Amino acid sequence: MSNGPIVVQGSSLALKPGYADHAADALRDLRQSGDAVDFEVEHHHDVASTIQLGFWIYLMSDCLLFSGLFATYAVLSGHTAGGPSGSQLFDLPSVLVETMFLLFSSFTCGLATLSMNANKARATVGWFAVTFLLGLGFLIMEVREFAHMVSIGAGPSRSAFLSSFFTLVATHGLHVTCGLIFMAVMMVAVLRKGLTDTNRARLNCLSLFWHFLDIIWVGVFSLVYLFGVVH
Amino acid sequence: MFGKLTLSAIPFNIPIVMGAVAFMVLGAIAVLGIITYLGKWKYLWTEWLTSVDHKKIGIMYLILATVMLLRGFADAIMMRSQQALSYGSNMGYLPPEHFDQVFSAHGTIMIFFMAMPFIIGLMNCILPLQIGARDVAFPMLNNLSFWLTAGGAVLINVSLAIGNFSRTGWLAYPPLSELHYSPGVGVDYYIWALQISGIGTTLTGVNFIATILKMRAPGMTLMRMPVFTWASLCANILIVATFPILTVTLGLLALDRYLGMHFFTNSLGGDPMMYLNLIWIWGHPEVYILMLPIFGVYSEIVPTFSGKPLFGYTSMVWATMGIALLSMLVWLHHFFTMGSGGNVNAFFGITTMIISVPTGVKIFNWIFTMYRGRVRFETPMLWTVGFLITFTIGGMTGVLLAEPPADFVLHNSLFLVAHFHNVIIGGVVFGVFAGLTYWFPKIFGFRLNERIGRWAFWCWLIGFYVAFMPLYALGLMGATRRMDHYDVAAWHPLFIVAAIGSGIIFVGIMLQLAQLVVSIMQREQTRDTTGDVWNGRTLEWSVPSPAPAYNFARIPVVRDIDAFWDMKQRGVDLKSATFVPIHMPRNSATGFLIAGFAFVVAFAMVWHIWWLAIAGLAGALVTLIRHAFNDDRDYHLGADEVRRIEALHGRVQARSM
Repeated sequence: MSNGPIVVQGSSLALKPGYADHAADALRDLRQSGDAVDFEVEHHHDVASTIQLGFWIYLMSDCLLFSGLFATYAVLSGHTAGGPSGSQLFDLPSVLVETMFLLFSSFTCGLATLSMNANKARATVGWFAVTFLLGLGFLIMEVREFAHMVSIGAGPSRSAFLSSFFTLVATHGLHVTCGLIFMAVMMVAVLRKGLTDTNRARLNCLSLFWHFLDIIWVGVFSLVYLFGVVH
Repeated sequence: MFGKLTLSAIPFNIPIVMGAVAFMVLGAIAVLGIITYLGKWKYLWTEWLTSVDHKKIGIMYLILATVMLLRGFADAIMMRSQQALSYGSNMGYLPPEHFDQVFSAHGTIMIFFMAMPFIIGLMNCILPLQIGARDVAFPMLNNLSFWLTAGGAVLINVSLAIGNFSRTGWLAYPPLSELHYSPGVGVDYYIWALQISGIGTTLTGVNFIATILKMRAPGMTLMRMPVFTWASLCANILIVATFPILTVTLGLLALDRYLGMHFFTNSLGGDPMMYLNLIWIWGHPEVYILMLPIFGVYSEIVPTFSGKPLFGYTSMVWATMGIALLSMLVWLHHFFTMGSGGNVNAFFGITTMIISVPTGVKIFNWIFTMYRGRVRFETPMLWTVGFLITFTIGGMTGVLLAEPPADFVLHNSLFLVAHFHNVIIGGVVFGVFAGLTYWFPKIFGFRLNERIGRWAFWCWLIGFYVAFMPLYALGLMGATRRMDHYDVAAWHPLFIVAAIGSGIIFVGIMLQLAQLVVSIMQREQTRDTTGDVWNGRTLEWSVPSPAPAYNFARIPVVRDIDAFWDMKQRGVDLKSATFVPIHMPRNSATGFLIAGFAFVVAFAMVWHIWWLAIAGLAGALVTLIRHAFNDDRDYHLGADEVRRIEALHGRVQARSM
C-alpha cells in the first residue's frame, strides 16, 4: 500500500527516500487520519531543544543554590558580632559601577546572540570579546573590594555576617569566572569551526548562563548592597 | 608536600579496622587479578567503564549499590552486637570513638551509596525502555554521574584505611562537626564524599527530567506514562530542587572548617540551628526521592501480578505529585525540640500528617488493584505484600512522631530509629528487591531463582520485625539512639532480641547472594527468550531481554496507559520487515576521567594537599574542554547490523511486502 511519501509495510510505516523534509508532517497526518500505525521506523528527536531544556533545568538548580545562599545571608546579615556592618563597609558608587559593567555585558551578550542569528561569525566573536572584557572588569572590581575589606580586618572570618556576605558574593564571582572560561572556549571554537549547529546550541546556553548571572547580581545588588546601606 | 597526610594516618593499632582493610584490599586484589588473568581489561574499559549505554550504567549502579549494601550491613551487625554486649560492666568490643564512626558510616553509606545507587540504577535500566526511548537525553553526562557517585563511595571506603571517618552521625550536625570539636579528617571525608556524589546526583536529575519530557515515544502523553516513570519524574524534580541545598549546606560547613568562617559555629554570630534547617530542607525531600520511585516500582508489579490495570491511575499520579510538593513543607518535624514555638510546630506537625493522605490513597489503590485480580504470588509480589503491611505500620508510627508533644518525648530515641528503619527497610529496601527480581530478566536475560528468593524474603521479613520491634519498645522505655554502652537492666534482653533479628537478616542477605550465584549457574534453564516473562503491561517488556544497545529497532506508537498490554490485545506483530540505520552515541572516557580528577581533588582537600587539589581541578577542566572540541561523538549502526541483531531474537519478518 502506498500513501504519498509513506510506505506501509506490515504494521509499520516507512518513508520513501527523498521525502525527509515532509516526514514528520506526513506521519502526523496519517496518524490523525486513524490508520493503525503501531511503529515509527524513522524517528528523530530535536537535539538542540533537548540541550536547551536540560540547560534550563540546570540553571534552575543553580538558582536554588543561590536561594540557599541568599537565605543564609538574610538570616545572618545582622549577626555582626561587634564587627563592622554593611553600612560601614559598602561603597555604593563603586558597586554601582561594578553593576553597570555586568549589565552592559549582558547587553553586548545580547548583541552577540543577534549577530549569531544573522550568521555573522566574526561579529559574534567580537561582541563576545567585548562581553568578556566587561565581565573581567566586573571581576577585577569585585576582587579589589574583597582585598580592601580583608585589609581593614573585615575578612570572612570576622563575623557570621561577613562569612555569609563573602560566600554569597564570591559564589556569584566564581560563576562569572566559569562564564568567562566558557566564553573564551566558545570564542576559540567559533573561530576554528564557525557557527556550526553544535556551537550555536552551546552559544545559546552560554548566553542563558550569562543573563542568569546578571539576574542573580540584581538580587545581590538590591538585597545585599542597597539594604545593607539602608540598615 | 603531603599536607596533613603521614604514615601515622593508617590505623595500624586498631585490629578491627585493619582486619576490614585487609579484607577490602585482598578482595580488590582478587578482583583485579581475575580480570588480568582473564585478559578482560580492554573489554572492561571499552564495553563498561566508558559506556554511555543507560542499561550498562544502570548495571554498574546496581553493582555499586550491592557492594555498599554489604559494607553498610557490616556496620549494622557491629552496632547490634556491640549494643547486645555492652551492658553494665561489659564495655563491648567497640570503643566509643570507633562506635561513633560505625553509626555515622552506616547511615551515610546506606542512604547515599546503597539506596540512591539502587534507585538510580533501576531508573537507568528501565526508564528509557518504559517511555520508548533509545537512550537518555545526555548519555555522556549519565556516565559522569555514575562515576561521581562511585568516586564518593570509594572515598568513604578509603577513610577506613587512611585516617578515620566522621563521628558526627549521618548528617554531621554542628557545632559537633565544626573544627573545634571534630579536629580530625573524618568530617572532611564525609563532606567531600557527599559533595562529589551529590553533584553526580544533581546531574542525574537534570538528565532524567530532560529524558522524560523530551524523549517519550509518539502518543505517550504525560497521562499515559507508566507510574514508575511518573514517580521517577517527581523524584528527579525533587533531586534538582533540593540537592543544590545540600551542596550549599555542606559547602558552608566546609568554609567554616577550612577558612575559619562562622556560619554554624558557637562564636562570632554563627547559628548551628540554621544548619539543621538547611540540611533538612534537603533531607526530608531526600526521603521521598528514595520512596517515590519505589512507589512506582510497586505500581508496576501489582498490576502485572494481578493481571489487571492499576486501580486509580490518575489518583496515583496526583498522589505522587502531592507527596513531592508536601515533602518540601515538613522539614522542621526533624527538630520540633529546637523550640520554634507552638504555632510553627503545629504547622509542620499538620503538614506532616497530611502526607499520610496521598500515601493512603496509594496503599488503597494497590489493594484495590489486587481485589478480584488473578494474583500470582511470585517473589516480586511477596516483597510487595510484605511492604504493604510493614510500611503501613511504619507510616502510623510516623504520624505518632508528627505530634509535637509526642515528639518531645520520643525525639532522638530508639523509637525514631525503629520508625525510619520501618519505612526505609519496609518501603525502600523491600521495593528495591521487588524491583530487582521483577526486572532482573529484562536487565540480564534470565530469571532469579524463585525458591531461594522466597527464603530470602521470609528471612528479611521476619528478621526485620525481630530486629526493629524491640527498638520501638526500647524507645518508649527511654533508650536514646547512638549509645555505645548502657546500664539499664530492663533494656538488655530487648537489645539481644534486636541483635538476633539482625542475624536473621544476615541469613537473608547470604541467601540473596546464593540466589545470585545459583541463578547465574542455572541461567540456561531460566533464559527469557520472549522478552515478556511476567506477561507485562509496559513497553520495557516489548523488547528482547536483555534489550539491544539501541533498545527499539522501531519506535512504538503508544495508544494506552498500559501500552504493551494494548499492543498484545490488538495482536500487533513485534516482528519487523524494514530496518533503518540507528543513530548511536559513542562511548567516552570523559566521564570516568573527570570523576577521577574530582576524586583526586576531594582526597587532596581532605588532607590539605593544596597543590594536588589545584592540579586535579585543572585536570578536570582540561578534560572537559578537550571533550568540547571532540566532534567524533556518534555513529550510525547500519540497517544490516540492526537486522542481524533483531534476527537473533526472532524479530524479523520472513519477507517484506
